[in-house]
Amino acid sequence: MNKELISANVKDKVFKVFAITCTGMALLTLLILIIDILIKGLSRINWSFFVNLPSRHPEQSGIYTALAGMVSLLFITLIIALPIGILSGIYLQEYGNRNRLAKFIEINISNLAGVPSVIYGILGLELFVRMAGFGNSILSGALTLALLIMPVIIVSTREAIKAVPDTMREAAFGLGATKLQTIWRVVLPASFGGILTGVILSISRAIGETAPLIVVGALAYVPFIPEGPMDQYTSLPIQIFNWTSRPQQGFIDNAAAGIIVLLVFTFLLNGIAVVLRNRWYRKTTA
Amino acid sequence: MSGIKIKSEKVIELVMLLCSLVSVITTLGIILVLSIDTFKFFQEVSLFDFLTDTQWTPLFEDKHFGILSLLSGTLLTTTIAVIIAVPVGITIAVYLNEYASKKFTYVVKPLLEILAAIPTVIYGFFALQFVTPLLQKFIPGLSGFNALSPGIVMGVMIIPYITSLSEDALRAVPKSLREASYGLGANRFQTAFSVLVPAANSGIIVSVILAISRALGETMIVAIAAGQEPKLTFNPLESVETITTYIVQVSMGDVPQDSMEYRTIFAAGITLFMFTFLLNNISFWIRKKYEQRYE
Repeated sequence: MNKELISANVKDKVFKVFAITCTGMALLTLLILIIDILIKGLSRINWSFFVNLPSRHPEQSGIYTALAGMVSLLFITLIIALPIGILSGIYLQEYGNRNRLAKFIEINISNLAGVPSVIYGILGLELFVRMAGFGNSILSGALTLALLIMPVIIVSTREAIKAVPDTMREAAFGLGATKLQTIWRVVLPASFGGILTGVILSISRAIGETAPLIVVGALAYVPFIPEGPMDQYTSLPIQIFNWTSRPQQGFIDNAAAGIIVLLVFTFLLNGIAVVLRNRWYRKTTA
Repeated sequence: MSGIKIKSEKVIELVMLLCSLVSVITTLGIILVLSIDTFKFFQEVSLFDFLTDTQWTPLFEDKHFGILSLLSGTLLTTTIAVIIAVPVGITIAVYLNEYASKKFTYVVKPLLEILAAIPTVIYGFFALQFVTPLLQKFIPGLSGFNALSPGIVMGVMIIPYITSLSEDALRAVPKSLREASYGLGANRFQTAFSVLVPAANSGIIVSVILAISRALGETMIVAIAAGQEPKLTFNPLESVETITTYIVQVSMGDVPQDSMEYRTIFAAGITLFMFTFLLNNISFWIRKKYEQRYE
C-alpha cells in the first residue's frame, strides 16, 4: 500500500471518530439540558403549581394565569393565521404558479421567514398596540404571532399540495370538476396530513415565542384570568423569563418547573408532527 | 356550467389572492414602521454619530447613540455561535449522508431537530444557570453575564439548521458523481470532501448564511445570559448587549411613546433588519441560481 492511500484511510477513520463525537456532543447537550432542568424544577411540579396565581413568594407561585393566557393567545392566533395561511398556500401553489406576482410573493415569504421575531414585535407594537389602539391586549399579541407563524403555514401548505400527484388533478378535471371543486374535493383531502403537520409545527413555534410578546407588552405579573381578547395577559414563556431574571433561588426553581411544562408541550407537538409526517409520507409514496 | 358558479369561483380566487397579499403587506409594514421612526430618530441624531460613536447610552442622562456598541455585542455572540455550529453542523451532515447507516440517520435526525424546536427562553435559562457556572470553573475571570456562554448555546441551537439544509444539498448530488469517484478508487473521505462537498457547496453556503441570520436575530438567549451592558468589545468573557437585547430591555421599561428613547428601538431594529434582509436575499439568490444545476 502506498503512503497516500494509507493517509487517506487514516483521514477516513479520523473523520469518522470526529463526526461521531460531534453528533454525540450535540445530543449530549440536549440530554444535559433536559436532566439539568428536571433536577432543578421537578420538585416544584405539583397540583398547586398549576392552579396558583403568581405571587411574591416563590413557593406559592403558580402558572395558572400564564397557562390561561397562553391558551387564549394561541386560540386567537390560530383563528387569524390558519385561514389566511392555508388559503395563500393554496393560491400560490394551484393558481399563481407561473405569474410574476406569485414569484414576488414567494420571495417575500422566504424573506419573512428569515425576519427575526423581535422585529415582528416592533411591527406589532406600532401597528396593533399603538395605531389600531388595541393596547397591551391578547389581540395585539395574537395578531403579531399570527403574522409570525404565517410563513410556516404557507410554506408547509405549499409543500403538502405539491406532493399531490398531477394525475389526481387530471382525473378530477376529466370527470368534469371545476378547478375549485378539484382543489376542495381532491387536492385538499389528499394533502390534509401534510398541512396538519405544518399547522402543528407552527403551533409549537407560537407557544415558545417570547421576544415579540415582550415587545407588544405581555406582562409578567397578571393575577387574573383574561376574559376577552382586549384583556391584558401573560404567557408561559414570559413567566419563565421573568422568574429566570430574579435573584432568589426559589424563583429559579419555579422557572425550571415552568420550563418542564413548556418542554412537555413542545415535545408533544413535535412528536405528533413527526408521526403524522411519517404516516402521511408513506401514504403518498405508496 | 352556470354563470353563477364561474362567478363564485372567481370570487374565491380573489379572496385567496388577497390572503397571499397579507405577506407582502407584512413586509411593507415592517419596512415602513421601521423607517418612519428611524427617520424621526435621525432628525435628532446625526448618522455620523450613530455609526462612529463608541457609546450607546440613550437611557442615561449623558446620551450617546453609537450603534457600534450594540453591533459588536451582536456580532460577537453570533461569531461564537457560528464558529461552533458551522464545522459541527457540516461534519454531521457529511457523516449522516455518506457514512452512517440508514437506521442511525433515521434515529439521529429527528433527535437533532429537537434542538431547533426548543423555545429559546429555555436555552437562555440553560446558558445562565448551567453553562455559565460550568465555564466559570475553567475560566476564573468569566463574569456572570458574558458573550461566551450564550454564544456557545446559540451555536448548539443552530446546528440542526446547518445539518438539515447541508444534508439536503449533499443528497441532491447525482449518484453518478459519487459512483465515478468510487470507481476511480477514492475512499469515502476523499469522495465526501473532494467530490460531494464541492458539488453541494451552494446549498452548504445557503445553510451557513441562514444560520448566521438566525443567530443575529436571536433574542432570548442573549437577553437572559449576555447582560445589558452595551460596549464596544470583542472580549467574549465580558458582558455585552446585543441589538435584540436592547429592544427587549426598552420594551420592558416605562419608556414614553414618541420619546427619543422609544425611537431608539426602531433605529436599532432597522440595523438588525438590514443585516438579516441582506443575508436572506443573498441566500435566496444563491438557491435560485444553483437550483437547477443537477436537474
